[in-house]
Amino acid sequence: MRNPLSERIETIKPSGIRKFFDIVNEMDDAISLGVGEPDFDTPWTIRDEAIYSLEQGRTFYTSNTGLLSLRKEISGYLKRRFDLSYDPEKEMIVTVGGSEAIDIALRAMLDPGDEVLIPEPSYVSYVPCTILANGVPVPIPLKEENEFRLTPEELKEKITDKTKILVLPFPNNPTGAVMEKKDLEKIADIVKEHDLFVLTDEIYAELTYLEKHVSIASLPGMKERTVYINGFSKAYAMTGWRLGYACAPEVILKQMLKIHQFAIMCAPTMSQYAAVEAVKNCDDEVKKMRDEYDKRRRYLLDRFKKMNLKCFEPFGAFYIFPSIAEFGMTSDEFATRFLQEKKVAVVPGNAFGESGEGFIRISYAYSLENLREAIDRLEEFITECRKG
Amino acid sequence: MYEKILSHIETNSRINVAELAVQLGMDEAGVMNALEEMEAKHIICGYHTLIDWDKAGIEKVTAMIEVRVTPQRDMGFDKVAMHIYNYPEVQSVYLISGGFDFMVTLEGKTLREVAEFVSRKLSTLDSVLSTKTNFILKKYKDHGTIMAEVPKGERMKMTL
Repeated sequence: MRNPLSERIETIKPSGIRKFFDIVNEMDDAISLGVGEPDFDTPWTIRDEAIYSLEQGRTFYTSNTGLLSLRKEISGYLKRRFDLSYDPEKEMIVTVGGSEAIDIALRAMLDPGDEVLIPEPSYVSYVPCTILANGVPVPIPLKEENEFRLTPEELKEKITDKTKILVLPFPNNPTGAVMEKKDLEKIADIVKEHDLFVLTDEIYAELTYLEKHVSIASLPGMKERTVYINGFSKAYAMTGWRLGYACAPEVILKQMLKIHQFAIMCAPTMSQYAAVEAVKNCDDEVKKMRDEYDKRRRYLLDRFKKMNLKCFEPFGAFYIFPSIAEFGMTSDEFATRFLQEKKVAVVPGNAFGESGEGFIRISYAYSLENLREAIDRLEEFITECRKG
Repeated sequence: MYEKILSHIETNSRINVAELAVQLGMDEAGVMNALEEMEAKHIICGYHTLIDWDKAGIEKVTAMIEVRVTPQRDMGFDKVAMHIYNYPEVQSVYLISGGFDFMVTLEGKTLREVAEFVSRKLSTLDSVLSTKTNFILKKYKDHGTIMAEVPKGERMKMTL
């Protein structure tokens, strides 16, 4: 029989972290700090809208780009929150989560051999989506000493004639790093100078604890070379609803729409009706959740400081990324031993790229009681490790 | 600063001041002072425990009593309210707009105990015109906390 598989798909390696995940999922008594989604339920008014939309029999496809009423609300929201101006009719598409938006943007923009710069550690989908789109992923390893922000020097060093897209995954999963306006301005200058495009994944935009989040798309001359991605999963605790969106110049968006139209048709209709309520009326709910995450963030930082665990202060998302280099173990070894000996699951940093080696990702999408117990165990564990 | 502290302790009154200060990004002495000030000013009026007596297997009867009264000369409703709230079995007294004047919550061990309070003590007050007693059959939510059993979806243990 012929090989049923494409050469390209075989170049994508299965994620090494799967094995570790399987072990965790089999341990019933393990406490997990390994989850990348909010612990809150979707706010009730949003759920209520979805129920109502079902009662009203709104169970049909929507237009390919998504409900116009939703796009209009998103457009107003982006203006209100981040000073972004996008035409809901020509520059916006509602997608199946931010993930789909990443995929169709890369597929719409890349030719074989085009290089995509991907700062790491970062979310795991940029590399495979680039490969599937015929592009060449080029990781930019970020450094703890820069609080895992992308510096102009790091960017310049990786730019070649083939570079086409820079992915900007901030606020960042797994590090919790943010890029402030002053950081983005320097990056924007280089992007314009080298005629690059930016794919900015701002799914955690609502979860920043410093000042209000700034989008690179709001900087002068950047909107025309940026694909902006956001969604409902993290801000509104709507991961299971699978709803995100992309905004881009019409010339790019039209082509993304083609892929979306043929591969997906449209995002789930009831999720879209529910999302109208989210963007329209849930700013307070988002703030409540953000304040709660912020308390946990401060709590963890304080605990790490008291146990002398090296960790930079993260200002975004709901992750904290302490260094475990002092224990002379790899991230994998540390996570495995911590799980076996103390029954707490964390994600090894190298799951998010080689530059994550020497770190672990701790999610604080957990109640304070839960965090307290887990961090007590972490303290025990590292005390034992230090004694040898 | 008051508001930040209050909105936290409204639902978490078991405070460890040092920990609260860390979580709110304030200094410990500042939080301690603010708490003491607010206690002195009676902004913080008490620290209570929310109990599901049913689950504890201890029987209690709670009634919400609508009371219509005649306001007293010079004292308005306050004097009548004072009469009512001084009974220890009375849990709360609110002056209400609408069809009646006071909403009185009362807790007793048995129906008879509550009924006796209403007929002997409350109804006999000179200024009380009428009462209507509503017994609580089930508490679904109290003080912002859901008491009913709510099904909870389960997250996976690990996701990237």
